[in-house]
Amino acid sequence: MGKNLGTKTAIILAVLLFFTYGIIGIPHGSLKQSIADRIHLGLDLKGGTHLVLAVHVAEAVGSTTDRTVQQLESDMPGAGIAGATPAKLDPAHPESLTITGVAVGQASALRTLLNGPNYASYDVASQPDGSFKLTMKPSAITDLESRTLDTSIETIRERIDKLGVSEPIIQKYGLGDNQILVELPGVDDPARVEEIIQSTAKLAIHAVDPRGPWASETEALAGLGGTIPPDSVLMKGEGSAGAPPMVYLLKRAAEVEGIDFRDAQPSQDINGRPNIHFNLTTEAGERFYKYTDEHKQGSSTPGAMAIVLDNSVKEVASIQSAIRDSGEITGAFTQQQAEDLSLMLRTGALPASISYLETRTVGPSLGAASIHQGIMAAVFGMAAVMVFMLIYYRGAGINADLALVLNLVILLGFLGFTHATLTLPGIAGVILTIGMGVDSNVLIFERIREELRAGKSAAAAVQGGFAHALVTIIDTHVTTIVSAAILFLFGTGPVRGFAVTLTFGLLANIVTSVFVSRVIFDSHLKNNPRGAELSI
Amino acid sequence: MELFRSTNIDWLGKKWYFLGFSLIFSVAGLLSMLFWHGIPKGVDFKGGTQITVKFDQVPNEDHVRSAMDHAGVKDFRIQRISNGVSQVSNEVIIALPINSATDTNHDQGRAAVQNALSANYHDSGFTILQEDIVGPTAGKQLQKQAIYATLYSLLGMLLYLWFRFELIYGVAAVVAVFHDTLITIGAFSLTNQELTLTVIAAILTLIGYSMNDTVVVFDRIRENLALSRREDLATIVNRSINQTLSRTVLSSGLTFLTVLSLFVFGGEVLHGFSFALVVGILIGTYSSIAVAAPMLVAWQDWRSRKNQQAKAATLPAGRARA
Repeated sequence: MGKNLGTKTAIILAVLLFFTYGIIGIPHGSLKQSIADRIHLGLDLKGGTHLVLAVHVAEAVGSTTDRTVQQLESDMPGAGIAGATPAKLDPAHPESLTITGVAVGQASALRTLLNGPNYASYDVASQPDGSFKLTMKPSAITDLESRTLDTSIETIRERIDKLGVSEPIIQKYGLGDNQILVELPGVDDPARVEEIIQSTAKLAIHAVDPRGPWASETEALAGLGGTIPPDSVLMKGEGSAGAPPMVYLLKRAAEVEGIDFRDAQPSQDINGRPNIHFNLTTEAGERFYKYTDEHKQGSSTPGAMAIVLDNSVKEVASIQSAIRDSGEITGAFTQQQAEDLSLMLRTGALPASISYLETRTVGPSLGAASIHQGIMAAVFGMAAVMVFMLIYYRGAGINADLALVLNLVILLGFLGFTHATLTLPGIAGVILTIGMGVDSNVLIFERIREELRAGKSAAAAVQGGFAHALVTIIDTHVTTIVSAAILFLFGTGPVRGFAVTLTFGLLANIVTSVFVSRVIFDSHLKNNPRGAELSI
Repeated sequence: MELFRSTNIDWLGKKWYFLGFSLIFSVAGLLSMLFWHGIPKGVDFKGGTQITVKFDQVPNEDHVRSAMDHAGVKDFRIQRISNGVSQVSNEVIIALPINSATDTNHDQGRAAVQNALSANYHDSGFTILQEDIVGPTAGKQLQKQAIYATLYSLLGMLLYLWFRFELIYGVAAVVAVFHDTLITIGAFSLTNQELTLTVIAAILTLIGYSMNDTVVVFDRIRENLALSRREDLATIVNRSINQTLSRTVLSSGLTFLTVLSLFVFGGEVLHGFSFALVVGILIGTYSSIAVAAPMLVAWQDWRSRKNQQAKAATLPAGRARA
């Protein structure tokens, strides 16, 4: 007993310093500011918006097979296959497509084509009726889905970053459910954020067929003699103020699409109305120049182009002159809409649509009130406990109180070092840690009292009390840590915050109640090992 | 100062009273869950929209109600937040049920409520303190997660106690904790308070806490068993409870003190959380003495009776063979 007391005291002081550093770092400005920079508060304490959204990854599979159908249409003639039709038939199975009408002599040519690199992600099966069925490989689907989720997160992050939100959290959420968690501190207009995240903003410029426009799809079909040309598509316009929406016939393949845009900025047209100014990449600019030069007014084939946003015609303009790398989109925008839209254009389209599962917003004033109440509760609870320990255990109460304070310092230091988030239930976790910390001390003290009643000397009583209580302390703490760990694994947001502080607190607790309190007892007994009286 | 010096209470002798007490509260809670208030689920689990508004002046509830009616908001519920003291609060919760079975348009209600508020209260002023909108998928998911988290943490503790003691100890502790959970959720049902995510955190805390209390008693039983193998289990259990009694009362009392300060100072946001803990600490302390420990003894009695019967059954057969 009493061995290495100096070293042990030094260790305790070092731990105290280390974790105090964890809480305040290198102090700068006010103490409050230093702490605020180290301890991260959850949205429930500082205010902000919490969104959980689901990415419909199956759509990405569908659009991939759509592209494969197009690819087949363009590859098959080159491979000497004529008359066969690739198509997707079953909407319930977006991952598969069939090729029907394959002439008997062309089957092997088709097989050769399908073994090529363009179709590597498909399993090919020839059907008894001579058709071929392509199904995307499960590994390819998984891969595509996870890439879709990653791209969605990337796109959402860029959009959020450009909104200027500080310290946003954007990450995968749940266990393999293709969900994304978005946490935006200080944002209290979730509707606008939802709108910006959700918009696809798929921008493209298509050539407009000179037949048309028509007032409705029925009229368009009549005008076209009942069928839409295979390389074209009918699309509805927006209709500006006073004018009804018209239906246009557009070339299916876009002249310029999302990937070709280099930049988009909100600006104003000559009449001062908000519009969007865009720039194209160099390569796309060259292509666009060639196209507009061929079809400008006065050329042999003058034409018009349509600016299509999310499958709706925003604007149709006749091509006045050759355009190389920039243009403008006008429409009935407000300034805010023009800003949001150009933001979406800059960041590109989401690879699949999304839906919101959860939206939670905490206003800043509620956050401030909550943290105030939480801290008040913690301070009152702790003060009451400390006073009681002093009254009930007299001198030994000081050990318990010191251990409690150190416990709190270590716990908060942990939070500072690990950048874990302190939530409101987290504060409750702190309060519970205080309760359990007291429990450990009570266990030890009651055991020491028992030993003293049995007539042991002070030193032996301390020795025996700690030895007996240790087993129980470990058992109780491990059981609670087991449940806290499970809570952390399976819980969400606030519940997790609670599990984090509880686990840290209990770990700190084992150290402080067993080690620190012991060192204090030992240093008290050091001077007079035989005759010392314990104040307990 | 010492509260309990050497108590010598026959805890096991009171087991029928305990059983009666536990049955009354469990059955009352169960009946309320089944036939009265059900399990009142908050927006976290049920889905729907909940908007907390703070008005600059104390609002007239009827006025708020008619503002919502005029804006075409349907099936809404208005609840004034009480802030403990007799003071009238100017905070109001407006809650709407979930408006479709799918996640699309999960926030239709929000816009309507906001419009109604800004149309009617733009002069007197209001602040939106909190908005929670939970779609059907998230609601089900959160509910599933909460149930699984509880079951898994019970299983984890059962396994640990099995490893440290014996299986029966783990089973007895889990039964005690299950009893606490049932009664606490019953208390929520009886008082018609909503279960939310934070309340689930509190229930898990109480499970951990009650388990603690039980483990302390069990530890002592194990220690005493090792000291005297001759005495019957009931005597040892009784002595162990008495020996740990002063610790039990002190620790529970002090934890109760911290939880009580949470209940008093924690504010509306933590009300459900701290209510669960206040009930939970009381019932958790009680159950380690009144449910878990008697179960150990009952199980042992049952086993030794079975052994005797088995012996009685095999003996004649043995004789016959001889």
